[in-house]
Amino acid sequence: MLDPRKTEKIMFTLFGLATAIVILPVIIICAFIFIQGLPGISLQFLLDIPRHGMKGGGIAPAIVGTIYLTLATAVFSIPLGVFAAVYLTEYAGEHFLKRLIEISIVNLAGVPSIVFGLFGLGLFVIFLGFGPSILAGALTLAVMTIPVIITASREALTSVPKTYREVSLSLGATKWQTIRHIVLPNAAPGIITGAILGLSRAAGETAPILFTVAAFYLPYFPNSVFDQAMVLPYHIYVLATQVPGVSPKIQYGTVLVLVGLILIMNFSAAYLRAKFRKRKTW
Amino acid sequence: MKEYFEWLIENLILICGVISIVFVILIFIFLLKEGSGIFSHTSLTGFIFGKDWYPISDPPKFGILPLILGSFIVTLGAIIIAVPLGIASAVFLSEVVPRGIGDILKAIIELLAAIPSIVLGFIGIVILSPIIKNIFNLPTGLTALAGSVMLAFMALPTIVSIIEDAINSVPKSYREASYAMGATKWQTIRRVILPAASSGILAAIMLGIGRVIGETMAVLMITGNAAIIPTSFLQPVRTMTATIAAEMGEVIRGDAHYQALFGIGIVLFIITFLINLVSDLFLHKKRGKA
Repeated sequence: MLDPRKTEKIMFTLFGLATAIVILPVIIICAFIFIQGLPGISLQFLLDIPRHGMKGGGIAPAIVGTIYLTLATAVFSIPLGVFAAVYLTEYAGEHFLKRLIEISIVNLAGVPSIVFGLFGLGLFVIFLGFGPSILAGALTLAVMTIPVIITASREALTSVPKTYREVSLSLGATKWQTIRHIVLPNAAPGIITGAILGLSRAAGETAPILFTVAAFYLPYFPNSVFDQAMVLPYHIYVLATQVPGVSPKIQYGTVLVLVGLILIMNFSAAYLRAKFRKRKTW
Repeated sequence: MKEYFEWLIENLILICGVISIVFVILIFIFLLKEGSGIFSHTSLTGFIFGKDWYPISDPPKFGILPLILGSFIVTLGAIIIAVPLGIASAVFLSEVVPRGIGDILKAIIELLAAIPSIVLGFIGIVILSPIIKNIFNLPTGLTALAGSVMLAFMALPTIVSIIEDAINSVPKSYREASYAMGATKWQTIRRVILPAASSGILAAIMLGIGRVIGETMAVLMITGNAAIIPTSFLQPVRTMTATIAAEMGEVIRGDAHYQALFGIGIVLFIITFLINLVSDLFLHKKRGKA
């Protein structure tokens, strides 16, 4: 029988090694993307359309497409998600319906991304007749993002002290006035942080947009929400698997632009969270 | 007027409240609407247990067993890799290192969750697959193993953070009682904390499985896409998700192949639905106890 202290040391060392196995690849992957991608980034790359069968030029249409798509997703998912969270925290009693909604949120969050793609194709593209378009893609991504926004908003709403609500109600404000002027403003930082994180996930998704919006090659900017669009995640897929002979510079450059965009969203969410946490008075 | 507005807005909120239920039902309805036609072409058992997936031969064969087993082997490998690593890292981060360092390391793991699957698939092609090819001396590195390794990493942020929550929610008095009896930290972790956190750990594993089975782009890019019944981790396989993503672009809307792809969607939806239901039960059991 080994000395328990020795066993402890051995086990903790092993656990440390396991943690290193998890963490080191993350650092290596990020550094690799950054180092390989940076030489490909130039003003021309960011502002030009793809040229020579996507083996040259820039990726501007894909950048603009991803930004449009993400903004359109925000327009649909944030109001729905926040209102759903308001219902759960402010209105729903502890009854069967609430439990049913919670189970649905968990299940919606667990639906495979490609199944969202099938759903978007069936409902938005075919049944509602939007065709492959920014509208159809954004609605599909919105359905996928809503669970994230509901969960984050619920947490933010629950953390607003009960006394705030009681004071407002005792002054004669109606329930909705209390929510609108007291609860939501105080929960806003948490809601915004959660929404940005949810949208950053949506911005990087490929499977849900494959059949609902993504265009293989479209060398101009979309004019309306009924247009198809090039988007960064699908463009990476196309460059890596569909077009032979694309220079690594363009491939890694595109990857870096997408990862950069997502990390900027993540860091701004983290920054907002830290900033508002300091200001919090309760 | 004011009361009317209040009434309106409260109903609007109620509608948004139940929207998640509506979406889950709508997803199922539309998968059935587009996909159920395949069962007039191939019987349900022929579809699920059929050994041949030859969608464009004449006559076409729509047996998805190779795809189900492809998903299964990739998922199995990912879980074998991810669960021990996940438990070890969660214990290390919450019990061994000081809080400050633990938070930084955790932020790095969470960074992994932010990287899109398409990017990890790309990394899989350029880095991971050549490594696997060289180590095992294979004709191609695009194998089930490559998919398992990549998916293990994609599932780790979820697994680590849920296990950590479970460990942190074990009451302090449990530890103190164990230390008071002279147990070392490791003995306390092994005999007290991990057993007390077991339902959270099970939930983490279930959610990890759900995440891995549904993952699409990375497996499409790095598992080699051969729709044959897998016999080893070192051969190319094709998962259910990758099949839908790869073939939907080539089908004619409404034909049998199109319906078969939606049929795979139905199978995927039901599998993940059950997994999520079970893991939710585990999580609630944990909350009930604490």
